[in-house]
This record gives sequence, C-alpha cells and structure tokens, in this order.
Amino acid sequence: MTAFSGERIGRRKRTDLFFRVLVTASAAIVLLSLLLILGTIIWKSAPALSLSMLTRTPKGGFYLGKEGGILNAIVGSLDLALGATALAFLLSLPLVLYLNVYKGRTSKTAVWTRFFLDVLWGVPSIVYGAFGFVVMLALGLRASLLAGILTVALLEFPIMSRAIDEVMRLVPRELKDASASLGATRFETALKVVVRQSAPGILTGVLLAFGRGIGDAASVLFTAGFTDRIPVSLADPAATLPLAIFFQLGTPFPEVQQRAYASAAVLTLIILAISLAGRAMSRKVTRHVVK
Amino acid sequence: MRLRTDAVARRVTGFVTTLPGLLVLLIVVGLFLKSKAILGVEPLSRLLFSSAWHPLKGEFGLLPFITGTVWVTVTALVLAVPVSILAAIYLSEYAPRWVREAAKPIVDLLAGLPSVVYGVWGVILVVPFVGNVLAPLAGVYSSGYSILAGGIVLAVMTFPTIIHVTLEVFSTVPHALRDASLSLGATKWETTRHVVLRKGAQGILAASVLGFSRAFGETMAVLMVVGNVPAVPRSLFDPGYPLPALIANNYGEMMSVPRYDAALMMAALVLMVIVLFFNVLARRILIQVERRIR
Repeated sequence: MTAFSGERIGRRKRTDLFFRVLVTASAAIVLLSLLLILGTIIWKSAPALSLSMLTRTPKGGFYLGKEGGILNAIVGSLDLALGATALAFLLSLPLVLYLNVYKGRTSKTAVWTRFFLDVLWGVPSIVYGAFGFVVMLALGLRASLLAGILTVALLEFPIMSRAIDEVMRLVPRELKDASASLGATRFETALKVVVRQSAPGILTGVLLAFGRGIGDAASVLFTAGFTDRIPVSLADPAATLPLAIFFQLGTPFPEVQQRAYASAAVLTLIILAISLAGRAMSRKVTRHVVK
Repeated sequence: MRLRTDAVARRVTGFVTTLPGLLVLLIVVGLFLKSKAILGVEPLSRLLFSSAWHPLKGEFGLLPFITGTVWVTVTALVLAVPVSILAAIYLSEYAPRWVREAAKPIVDLLAGLPSVVYGVWGVILVVPFVGNVLAPLAGVYSSGYSILAGGIVLAVMTFPTIIHVTLEVFSTVPHALRDASLSLGATKWETTRHVVLRKGAQGILAASVLGFSRAFGETMAVLMVVGNVPAVPRSLFDPGYPLPALIANNYGEMMSVPRYDAALMMAALVLMVIVLFFNVLARRILIQVERRIR
C-alpha cells in the first residue's frame, strides 16, 4: 500500500514538474519572439540606417536603388496619425463621458455601446480601408491626406473609446456625488472632476490609438494615396511609413530592400518611443488625481 | 445658462454614443451596396464556391481566397492557442510578482507592433526558415512563401490577444478556490487543471475565438509572406492567397476591369460578416462568463 502510494505521489510530482517546465517554456517563447523580432529588424537595418534617410525625400529612381530618404513617409505618417487621433479624440471623449456621467455603468445604452465598440475593435483594418474607399467615392473625394485621416480616425475611435472607458469606469461614485452635492451640473462634473481624475488613462488611450494609427497600412492603402512629395494640404495624397516599407520590400533590388528594413526600424522606434512616453507621461499627470 | 449648457452637452454626447452601432451598420450596408453590381449578375453560391478566378473573363470565384484565409488562420491558431494559454497560465499561476509586472509591457508591445513590421520580420526570418529548414525536413520543395510562413507570423501576432483575454478570465477565478484545492494536497498543476482551467474554460474558448477573428482579417503581414497564388492550397508548404491580401493587392487595377471593384468589395463584405459573427460570438461568451462570476 505504502509502496503503491509512494509511486503515485512520485508520478504526480513528475507531472507537476513537467507542466511547470511546459508553461515556463511557453512564456519564454512569447518573450523570445518579441526579442527575435526586434533583434532581427535592428540587426538587418543597421547597414542602411543613415541620417540622410531620415532627412531627405525620395529622389528620382529611389525605388531602383538611387538616392533619397523616407522623409515624405515619416511626415505623411505623423500628419495622418495626428489628424486621425485628434478626430478620434473628439468623438471618443464625449462618448465615454456620456456613458460614465450621464448614463449608469450598467444601463442598456452603456452595455450595448461597449459591445459595439468591442465589435468595431475587431473589424480588420482592410475592411475600414474598403469602407473608407466607398465613402470617399460617395463624397467625391480623391485619395488624399484628408480621406486617410477620416479612415484612420474610424479605426482609432473604438480603440481609444474602449481604453478611456476602462479607466473612467474606475472613477469613484463618491467623487461624482460630492461634485453634484456642491451644485455642479453633470457637464461640469464631467469636465472638472471625471476628466481630471482619469487624465492618465485618457493619455494612455490616446497614445495607444496614435500608435495603432501610425502603424496601420491596410486602411490607408486605398485612401491616402502615395507620393514622393511631402503633403502640404489636406487634399494632397500622402505617403505613409508602413506603405513605404511595403513598397520598398516589394522591389527586386537588395539596396532598396535594405532601406525597407531601415524604414521598419524607424517605425518600430517610433512605436517604442510612443509606448515609453506614455508610461512616463501618465505618471506625470497623476498630480491631480485624488487617491 | 449652466443648465442649458448641460442640456446641450447631454444631447451632443448622447448623439456621439449612437455612432458605434451606426458605424457597424454603415460598413455592412456600404459594402453591400457596392457589391450589388456583382451579386445581381452572379449567384452567390458560384461567387463563394467556385475556384475560377479570371477577372478579365468576368469570373470571380472567391473559393481559393476563402480557403487560403481559413488555412492560414487555422495554422496560426493551432500554433498560437496552446502557447498563449500555457504562457497565460505561467503568468497568472506560476510567475513571481515581478515577472508578471514585467510581462505586461512586453505583451502590450507585441500587440502594438505594426503589422508591416511583423511582415518584414517574416520575410527576413520566417520565410527562409520555412523554405530552407522546414520544407527539406518534410521532404518537399517550397520557396518559403507559404501557408506555414503566414501561419507562423500570424501566430505570433495573435499571442497578445489570446494571452490578454485569458489572463483577464483567470483573474476572475477566486483565490479561495485555489487555496482550497492546494490545502487538500493537490499539486500546483492539479489545482490549475481542475480549478482554474475548469472555471475559465468558457473564457479560454472566447479568447481563442477572438484570436481567430483577429487573425482572420490580418492583411499586410500575411500578404508579405504567404505567396499570393490564387489556387486552392493542398499543403502547408503551398502558397496561399487570403481574402484580405486579395483586396489589398488589387485595388490599383480594380477600376479598369468591369465588376472587379464590386467583386473586391464583396470580398470585404464576406470578411466583415465572418469577423462580425465570430466577434459577436466571443463577446457573448465573455458576457456570460462575467455574469456567472458575479
């Protein structure tokens, strides 16, 4: 009997150890894949990264391996993402305030709106691209910075709303009640108490959406166009970094493909910078938050 | 005056709140209107189940693209689901606190990397790996631009989605239950298996469905590594041509060939409807999970 149960315990212990190793290995795979991606991009891009790449627009024959840089795409992407993020913010903030200040957390409106936002979050960006294209044709617009901004704003809107909402839900009820008891209207409470209290979360949400917007290629493929020049008005077509990477990689010339790697490194660095800035800044704006 | 401002604010913000629902509807209707030009001429069954794709002859069979999408997505999930769930188990049950804290930004970063960056990585590393290492091992020839390469890249891209949702589900399992199991002499793994996994089973399902719908619509990264040959794939080492890639690759020519644009918009509609279905499914499961726990 004792021998038998001893054997059993041994087996259970071995199983336990086996799974401990298995789950740890799985977590290591996830971590390693990130390191592998970052490592590969940086290692491959190092030979082609140069200052002139960042400060010049493509010259004639750039896609054949001649001189130039990707300034047009960097500026285009920043313009596009800034415009789209501003627009998405103008939609997201009122929406989230309505859900959290005017409506109860568990009201039907709130539940359904969150559901639709989640659904929209899952809509592939190529579908936004196709839809943006349909709208663009209907409005008589051409592929331009403006059309790109509108499409990317739609893509960012659910991401930003959901992210801000997650934080605003945590604003304590007592704080809103205290504000109301002092005679503030709901709108005043919303702006002066709720927004301030959730400022770090709002910032994180905005940056998250910005990062998504600047990195997305499929939605701007139809709508923003592509050009070697830096856009000067909303009606101009605009190059974007993701598409520049895609087109460079699609050429048969190794020099140009090298530049695609370098452009990918630039884009990755921008994304890294945004995520680091988000962390640093959200710590700063916590000054006004009541704990 | 202040009350009037408040009333206006209520109306404006209330209006904006109707937008998400409206937008879902608008996307479906807009794409449907655009694809009517082809839905009116060809029967739906032939569009969806014919593999003849000859736009110049007016034949738009989407079957190669639909099967391509399914192959890539399923390959990705077979790779991603076990790894993600085991990694989530590690993070939620086994990892020391500081590892858990450190893992969050890593998973977030993985989710935030643009899909072209994944694509570039795929072209540099995964495609040669499949072509030069895996294909010879399997005894077949492959250029590397294949379903398998697409699946591997896509699997890494779906890690964060599945891990994130699974972690959230695990965190709703009460600690008292785990402690009870451990105090009865169960090992860590037995506790995880019989308590955490059983309680979280539905949530894990939802996480996988969400991962599926995320992978299903992914465009650029897959497009860059999957080969894009419009034929029904026969093996993992064959190239494929998923729906999103079809739309992205042909937007240039579509205006010059009759009904081409309608066919592509219809492809987008098919994509939207399928993703919508799976999203709604996953969200419903998650809402149920949340309710049951409260």
